[in-house]
Amino acid sequence: MSWVRRMFGRREIVCREFVELVTAYLDGAMDTRTRARVDRHLGACPACTRYLEQFRTVIELTGQLRETDVATVDPVTREELMAAFAATRGD
Amino acid sequence: MAATGARGGANFEDEKVLLMSLRAGDQDAFAWLLDRFDGPLRRAARRYVSSDAVADEVVGDTWLGVIKGLDRFEGRSTLKTWIYRILMNIARTRGVRESRSVPFAAVGGEGDEPSVDPDRFSRDGQWVSMPPDWESQPEDRALAREALDVVRTAIESLPSSQREVINLRDLEGWSSEDVCNALDLSETNQRVLLHRARAKVRRAVEARLGREVGS
Repeated sequence: MSWVRRMFGRREIVCREFVELVTAYLDGAMDTRTRARVDRHLGACPACTRYLEQFRTVIELTGQLRETDVATVDPVTREELMAAFAATRGD
Repeated sequence: MAATGARGGANFEDEKVLLMSLRAGDQDAFAWLLDRFDGPLRRAARRYVSSDAVADEVVGDTWLGVIKGLDRFEGRSTLKTWIYRILMNIARTRGVRESRSVPFAAVGGEGDEPSVDPDRFSRDGQWVSMPPDWESQPEDRALAREALDVVRTAIESLPSSQREVINLRDLEGWSSEDVCNALDLSETNQRVLLHRARAKVRRAVEARLGREVGS
């Protein structure tokens, strides 16, 4: 993430910058130096640590939506599709 | 070597095995594919068209397209993203007819707002105060349900590209690479869309569940 280096130079990362970096951080899409800067900041900033936790909670909640939205193939459609598959792919 | 799967047959988790089996007309392989992907495809289709009934038709047509197109699939992307792109193409046609927007690759024009209200930071960029803690008692099912409702509603009101990325990444659990292939996005653009989406959802949850200071 050289743009991060260009932007921040040798400065430490501040909170307002951190909140824009969270997704890159969680994706592991940072160079080692920037990641180290972020880790240092998190170690010293309970507010950003909480913000990161809240981000993680949001991601987890979104994942839970999958379980609440059960969409199964109705048996008739399933049969028709299996038949279509057999008809096209059978020899 | 492929491990044996639950049915005592081939391991369909291995995409090479799956593809070979499908092309050979293996019914178990197609059943496996249906079971694995039909749900996610139905969820996706509902995001693009105006009714569940139309969504079901789109998904049905997608599966027919998959069956017919298996010989042409070149394996440059995963089967999953290939199937999804078939769905997108079909949904796009229906969506245009119904004036619903199918996500497109543009990143701009969707509000470059910062993730957090700038007023919450001091001039030197530090939080003025801690982000409020969120109401939560693990045993409180009503709260848990409420949180899920807030998230669901917030996602549904996202701009379509952000909504699609957060659905594929965080709801369906797709990899960054698969999402980029499915939506024709660069990794950077995909990440920007995902970040904006998550930030918006976080703001919505905070608005509903953030404990008032001093309460």
